Amino acid sequence: MSEIRLDHVTKTYGETVAVESLDLTVADGEFVVLLGPTGAGKTTTLRLIAGLVAPDAGRLSIDGRDVTHAPPNARNTAFVFQQYSLYPHYTVYDNLAFPLRAPGRKLSREAIDAKVREVAALLRIDSKLGNKATRLSGGEMQRVAIGRALVRTPAVYLMDEPLSSLDAKLRESLRVELKRIQIDLGSTILYVTHDQTEALTLADRIGVLEEGRLVQIADPRTVYERPATTYVAKRLGSPPVNLLPAGSLGIADGPAATATIGVRPEDVVLGRAGPEGRVLTVEHLGAETVILVEVEGRQVHALAGAHDDHRPGDTVSVGALVDRVLYFDGAGARVAGSSAPVDAAAGA
Amino acid sequence: MAEIRIDRLHKAFGDFVAVVESTFTIEDGEFFCMLGPSGCGKTTTLRIIAGLEHPTSGRILLDGEDVTGLRAGERDIAFVFQMFALYPHMNVRANIGYPLRSQGAGRAETRQRVEETARLLRIEHLLDRRVSSLPGGDRQRVALGRALVRRPRAFLMDEPLGTLDAEFRELMREELRQLHDRVGATSVYVTHDQIEALSMADRIAVMRAGVMEQVGTPAEIYNRPRSMYVAGFVGSPAMNFLAARGPVAPGAETVAVDGAHVPLPSLGEGLDHDDGQLGVRPEHVYLDDAGPLRGSVFGVEYMGTRQILTVDTSAGRLRVRAPNDARVSIGETVGLTFRRDALILFDGRSGLALGQGPDGPGEAAGGVHV
Repeated sequence: MSEIRLDHVTKTYGETVAVESLDLTVADGEFVVLLGPTGAGKTTTLRLIAGLVAPDAGRLSIDGRDVTHAPPNARNTAFVFQQYSLYPHYTVYDNLAFPLRAPGRKLSREAIDAKVREVAALLRIDSKLGNKATRLSGGEMQRVAIGRALVRTPAVYLMDEPLSSLDAKLRESLRVELKRIQIDLGSTILYVTHDQTEALTLADRIGVLEEGRLVQIADPRTVYERPATTYVAKRLGSPPVNLLPAGSLGIADGPAATATIGVRPEDVVLGRAGPEGRVLTVEHLGAETVILVEVEGRQVHALAGAHDDHRPGDTVSVGALVDRVLYFDGAGARVAGSSAPVDAAAGA
Repeated sequence: MAEIRIDRLHKAFGDFVAVVESTFTIEDGEFFCMLGPSGCGKTTTLRIIAGLEHPTSGRILLDGEDVTGLRAGERDIAFVFQMFALYPHMNVRANIGYPLRSQGAGRAETRQRVEETARLLRIEHLLDRRVSSLPGGDRQRVALGRALVRRPRAFLMDEPLGTLDAEFRELMREELRQLHDRVGATSVYVTHDQIEALSMADRIAVMRAGVMEQVGTPAEIYNRPRSMYVAGFVGSPAMNFLAARGPVAPGAETVAVDGAHVPLPSLGEGLDHDDGQLGVRPEHVYLDDAGPLRGSVFGVEYMGTRQILTVDTSAGRLRVRAPNDARVSIGETVGLTFRRDALILFDGRSGLALGQGPDGPGEAAGGVHV
């Protein structure tokens, strides 16, 4: 069983509370992504689990064993950093074999060879085993870095934005590979990122961090469709959710406590009902169109299909799919609407 | 306001040819994007237009006037570098007014032009603030103001949003385009980001190794790419390519993919060898048990408004843009069908799209679901 468990873990740096009374469990075989902007406490959380920093309070266990005070090498974790940390003068083969050749491991040459080749094939770098690390592209180097973590089969993998230094295309393809490898190997991964696409696509559960506190942790669909707060709502979705004062876009009914409504761009309806607005920009992105409209003194994003033919300057009524509107109270917490959108979708 | 004509422009650095005999015209008032990976010649072309680099041969014409021999400062063009190149100790007013003051403009004129520029950028309320006290977005507006205040005939921008985080980049994209619409000056914009090009440009030039591979509106580039290179460069995920077996006769209405016959828009041109590549965008692939192609689901990525499925078929790996309520699991075998009028057959050897008959994809061919 590979389980990570944090109970009331707190870490402060001087006046700054980096992580505040964090409770988090990553189950065996689970892929959990912590999402948040810089300074939310993501990296500190990873470093606490790896044993690179010590908590001020709380308890940390891996595999059911209390490791709160254990040194990093006694925790059975593998850390993948944002910047590939390879030995440049080594070949890919030697870089991958390095963690296995550590004196304490006593692995046979054959066992090391088999493991290195297996992982290289998994990451599709088997044709590069003889290359020096410096002769690789960025994507290949990062695959070797991930491979170095994979050869060891630790209890848990801790990954700190491992794809962020790669270009968009490579990130896209490595993302799907990484997820597949995790499923196939049944690995337990805690992954931190500020990239919402990585969080949505990789995670079994997304934990959203705000200033050291975990504000919501749930599967991607729930976090997207039923965000706990306006802060969470803003973290997912591109273009971001439209947050408007209660009563905007002609949406009158809603829970009594409503102060703010949230309308995802795909739920904005143009040209049917609602107050009149003016189109500011139209972005044809190939498969979809993003339209920015000024209405009731605010800017609202709408997401439409490829065929949309609005033009800047057009006057258009702006409404919303009422049963998908999110309602938030004055403190930014979501209050249940008349019908929760996720239930309809989950039944499909 | 200016039309910029690039006439047989050629630029070599020693053995390396950065720009190869390039000829195109950027129209007056147009937002023109040069799109391509690093090393494709886009920045070199821009720098030659600006006068920061001399061409090996060829000419640059501004409104018909040959400016090839003129220095950058004599061209009446503004080059927007890294956006944050401001004087931090000066206030916004002094930063925006700086180019005018250094050209010897009077106090009253400078004041009037700075205020006019600030209104255009909607930063009038910030004029007396120190630049160092402003958030990133406002600083970027000030940097733009410094370029605008000179009322140049054209703006040249080299990846101005490259260093910003994703959320902010989205905002600035819309703002830049709105600003362009208000000011009306010709804008030439260099980027490697296909989303920036698709979203802002009136026309896009896709570049490869110093050559303009295709120039067209975003819709033309996206829906009617002339080559596999262009097709693969725009779109996210990019266009899929499936091995299609030639030869294919002119006028053929199907092509063999993995032993199945996939209906095509009728081809005006044939393929005389066996290496065809069928191009299909992720939004034009549909899950359909009765579809001609079968594959195994390698990955499922939930994206909120949609899902991206990765499906392995014996003709290649496909990305499929599916509605977010489609329930598909990893390892499952699925049938696939394609939107016929959006398919493009490429010659796998030359990489070029085969010409299509009258019912080929029009500019309007696009996704039906989001």
